[in-house]
Amino acid sequence: MNTEILGIVLMFVVTVILAIPLGRYIGKLYNGDKTKLDFIFNPIDNLFFKLSGIKADKEMNWKQHLVALLSINMVWFLFSMLILMNMSWLPLNPDGNPSMSADTAFNTSISFISNTNLQHYSGESGVSYLGQLVLMLFQFISAAAGMAVCAVVFNAMKERTTEKLGNFYNYFVKSFTRVLLPLSIVVAIILLFNGTPMTFKGKDQFISVQGDTVNVSRGPAAAMIAIKQLGTNGGGFFGANSAHPLENPNYFTNAVEDVSIILIPIAMIFALGYMLKRKKLAWIIFGVMTVGFLLLLIPTVYFEMKGSSNIAAMHIAQPLGSMEGKEVRFGPAASAYWAITTTVTSNGSVNSMHDSLTPLGGMSAMLGMMVNSFYGGVGVGFLNFYIFIIIAVFISGLMVGRTPEFLGKKIEAKEMKIATIIALLHPFLILSFTALSSHLFAHDPKTYAAWLNNPGYHGFGEMLYEYTSSSANNGSGFEGLGDGVPFWNITCGIVMLIGRFLPIIGPVAIAGILAKKKYVPESAGTLKTDTTTFGIMVFAVIAIIAALSFFPALALGPISEFFSK
Amino acid sequence: MKKSSNKLFEPALVKEAFKQSFIKLDPRIMFRNPVMFTVEIGTAVMLAVCIWILLGDKTQGSFVYNLIVFFVLFITLLFANFAEAIAEARGKAQADSLRKTREETPAKKIVNNKIEIVNSSLLKKGDLFFCETGDMIPMDGEIIEGLATIDESAITGESAPVIRESGGDKSSVTGGTKVLSDKITVRVTTEPGESFLDKMIALVEGASRQKTPNEIALTILLAGFTLVFVIVCVTLKPFADYANTPITIAAFISLFVCLIPTTIGGLLSAIGIAGMDRALRANVITKSGKAVETAGDLDVLLLDKTGTITIGNRKATNFWQANNVDENIFIEACVLSSLADETPEGKSIIELGEKLDVKGEMKQNISRLSSHISQYIQFTAETRSSGINMDDLRIRKGAFDSIKNLVIKAGNIFPDETTERVKLISSNGGTPLVVSQNENVLGVIELQDIIKPNIHERFERLRKMGVKTVMVTGDNPLTAKFIAEKAGVDDFIAEAKPEDKMNYIKKEQQGGKLVAMMGDGTNDAPALAQADVGVAMNSGTQAAKEAGNMVDLDNDPTKLIEIVEIGKQLLMTRGTLTTFSIANDVAKYFAIVPALFIASIPGLQSLNVMKLHTPESAILSAVIFNAIIIPLLIPLALRGVAYKPIGASALLRRNLLIYGLGGVIVPFIGIKLIDLLVSLWF
Repeated sequence: MNTEILGIVLMFVVTVILAIPLGRYIGKLYNGDKTKLDFIFNPIDNLFFKLSGIKADKEMNWKQHLVALLSINMVWFLFSMLILMNMSWLPLNPDGNPSMSADTAFNTSISFISNTNLQHYSGESGVSYLGQLVLMLFQFISAAAGMAVCAVVFNAMKERTTEKLGNFYNYFVKSFTRVLLPLSIVVAIILLFNGTPMTFKGKDQFISVQGDTVNVSRGPAAAMIAIKQLGTNGGGFFGANSAHPLENPNYFTNAVEDVSIILIPIAMIFALGYMLKRKKLAWIIFGVMTVGFLLLLIPTVYFEMKGSSNIAAMHIAQPLGSMEGKEVRFGPAASAYWAITTTVTSNGSVNSMHDSLTPLGGMSAMLGMMVNSFYGGVGVGFLNFYIFIIIAVFISGLMVGRTPEFLGKKIEAKEMKIATIIALLHPFLILSFTALSSHLFAHDPKTYAAWLNNPGYHGFGEMLYEYTSSSANNGSGFEGLGDGVPFWNITCGIVMLIGRFLPIIGPVAIAGILAKKKYVPESAGTLKTDTTTFGIMVFAVIAIIAALSFFPALALGPISEFFSK
Repeated sequence: MKKSSNKLFEPALVKEAFKQSFIKLDPRIMFRNPVMFTVEIGTAVMLAVCIWILLGDKTQGSFVYNLIVFFVLFITLLFANFAEAIAEARGKAQADSLRKTREETPAKKIVNNKIEIVNSSLLKKGDLFFCETGDMIPMDGEIIEGLATIDESAITGESAPVIRESGGDKSSVTGGTKVLSDKITVRVTTEPGESFLDKMIALVEGASRQKTPNEIALTILLAGFTLVFVIVCVTLKPFADYANTPITIAAFISLFVCLIPTTIGGLLSAIGIAGMDRALRANVITKSGKAVETAGDLDVLLLDKTGTITIGNRKATNFWQANNVDENIFIEACVLSSLADETPEGKSIIELGEKLDVKGEMKQNISRLSSHISQYIQFTAETRSSGINMDDLRIRKGAFDSIKNLVIKAGNIFPDETTERVKLISSNGGTPLVVSQNENVLGVIELQDIIKPNIHERFERLRKMGVKTVMVTGDNPLTAKFIAEKAGVDDFIAEAKPEDKMNYIKKEQQGGKLVAMMGDGTNDAPALAQADVGVAMNSGTQAAKEAGNMVDLDNDPTKLIEIVEIGKQLLMTRGTLTTFSIANDVAKYFAIVPALFIASIPGLQSLNVMKLHTPESAILSAVIFNAIIIPLLIPLALRGVAYKPIGASALLRRNLLIYGLGGVIVPFIGIKLIDLLVSLWF
């Protein structure tokens, strides 16, 4: 087999092999079962709980969970704004970087608390080390928050009737200290040994062969890169993200970083199987997600390895495939694999420039974000998938002549209302804001010309990608877009904010309402949800909702680009 | 009733439905159906565009093309209205034919103990009337005095007359039925215009039709899909501006109408009405659409043994004489002892005796001996035996222990082989009757319940639907267990008292189950009310009928099974047509999207996989397909998707294949065919 292909197959296989035991471990944490590591972590967690006066065994209902989530997010948002707008005079700023403007700080703060990590600034010159550390903290916090709400939904899916769904802070702290922190330390150390810097010293200097003085930015990078990958954050330390040689030095670190992208999202599915004692359901969900993932991955790898058709038309051989915007040390297959893993999971870190992907490769990346639940972000990916399950359960329940029920709970008008709104939200945000920017550009091209370096189909794709990335809380970009201006900062900020919190509130509300309902034991007439047939149904619902709502937009962007040579 | 036509489109009904299709265009009525309401708005916009072109606009394409788009959308609306109207008309026709049975008849109203002839329509609730042989019963009511045989064939289609009497559980009479013999005094139980039938007609006609919970949830989902496509179509305008691609209003509206789920949106209410109509065709009056829907979800059915699982009553199936007793003498004694026995069991003993008497010898013996009978001993609860005295012979037949007492008291021995036989019969679900002559055991008669043929398969079918069946019987647990096993029910309640049913229902409901039961007596009323689906027999008491949410005109206990299937069909039809409707969108996209952009982006020709002729023909073909699929599916909506008890997953796979995959493929073919035709002009 081609070694490039072998490389990505191995990356995927290793991820799944690691995710299964990790999922079991996460499931044990949320169930409150004993684990072998309790003797280390129990004292740490108890210290936090004692300091903050939190009673970790006080159970909350779904509304209390949401209040806890939203109120601490509000505090973090204000704290982040404060630091980012004042970091020029605050400590840990050896390079003397300036404070952020209000709109960039607004965008960046929302971006990081919403787990998006869309960066309308460049790490080397846009933030101080203090700023980087604060942003790194948010990478932990937003990931742990996503996992905690997911734990609430898992808990609600158990076979019983209850309002009590565990304690939010308990889930949150455990996700932080027992999953994200230890894994990040491991990954950071691996990066450290491969040459990623971890220092508080300012820029380094050397004199190049030509005799020029070259300044090289550095900083506490290894720590941040580890959590940016593991927490599906994606906000890089350096502007070029994991394409930067210090952020991602070699093929091995690339593999470690890429495994880290989808490790926890996949592990969460197996955690579900463990918590509900429904391993088969977990495998079906994993199967549906994996099929979707492969359907995006395979064409991307194919087109990137085949090379650009425009270059081929000029009779230039492309033995390495499409290498525009890609790093030679990774090659097209590993870059394509990264591009898809990072977009399906709402991570958004990049090791190549997505703007330079072949048209259908770029479309696959966009589709990954439009669906946003083939694995999805840590915790929140499953919540998106949950909405599709509810809709699929409803339609297929009717199809077999029974009031739809999922895991013993009847799905009725109220849940359908929420599920429909949430399913609508993502296309609504993406399409309406892309429409707004298209409208502005089309009617006043002079004022807005600076936005697009490549007007035409690709420029449309850049705008579509930006809002898709914001709404999916992904954070990657088609970087041809001039997005560091108030219009993009503010609109993307709004989209990220809505795109983060409503899709959390909706599923938690549905799960909470369902948990309160009477539990109906399974009978022969019950539609089983852990079957391949149901898996196909969920897949069809996802494909149809994503394909149907985005098809015209994609036709005008990447599809037109592909067909118009 | 039963013979009523099953044709879907009676000319008279079609005419009425056609008229209604136009009346229903009223936006105030349309508003109830969000999907079709948006189509109506689109149609109005197209009309405005046509007028605009006549006034001189040049940007929207030819007048004829726009007019055709308008026309097709208008037809789409009419088709959807027609679907609802024909369902209503059919339901109404069905109800009318029931109502006809109660045309105005003279009634013998009792006023101050005197009979006054008044018109039946003047009878009020609480009035008393009198009926005798040959009279038509003028109103629904409850017999307060007397007993009569009544011909109910006008309602049930059953020609065998039934007996209705005061006091018992069979005290209800229905207007329009005829008294064949005897006299009864009846109290009117409903106000004119408020009978169950009147309520049902109102439900079908839509005046008081409320959406059922599932229908509401589905409407929300469909509204959601409609909204997605509002967003898709509205945002397409700036996208097209960006790409410098002018799109005509006709193209926008066509794209929108094609994408929103008009197929299911147009057929949704027709499906609901047709469900109630199917119930009515099965001679079940439902008090709400919800009850039919709930029936599809039932988990537990409580069924009375007698009449549902077994045919009528127990029957004698065998004579087992004791050792040293001549078979013929034993059978003669059995028959003699039963001559005066009016119970169905007694009659069956005589029947069996006559059947075994091939040569006719015994008949002669009996007729000779019967003249010697000096005394008939009636059955009493105390002796638990009956029999005859004849010359110096005392023949008794009765329960095992009562005869055993008799025998042992007289100092005789109760034969072992008979004891064995009695045990064997009991454990086989039968009832043993021991026969003695002068306190000596002659043998034992075996009585068996006759389980209805095919009932086992029906229960199997229910089990595959996930419905648990529970047999309710007054029998002892041993007998009940045997019959339960033999008939294939999942559980039984033996020696059942009315409160046992109630407790069982409550217990199941606490476990989250939906329970249905059928009942007729006043003491069934609380349980009927407690059950999620309570089906009262039309012959039952008024209290029972008030308590249940369905009334079965045929008084057929197996009707519950049919009701479950009707409910399931209703939900399935909705689900499959929704899937079909949404799956259609794939092909419609491939028809319309290339058509929108081909002019300015020639590369998108590659998306025109159906190779449709021109953008205009592609758009027209898509909207025409979208319109004609509605009437094509009306028969399916009215008849319902066939329910196959093959397990939920298999059923899903089947329906997903037919309506999901079919829904993707069919429009590709349909649109291409229409395009071949349309391309002759466009």
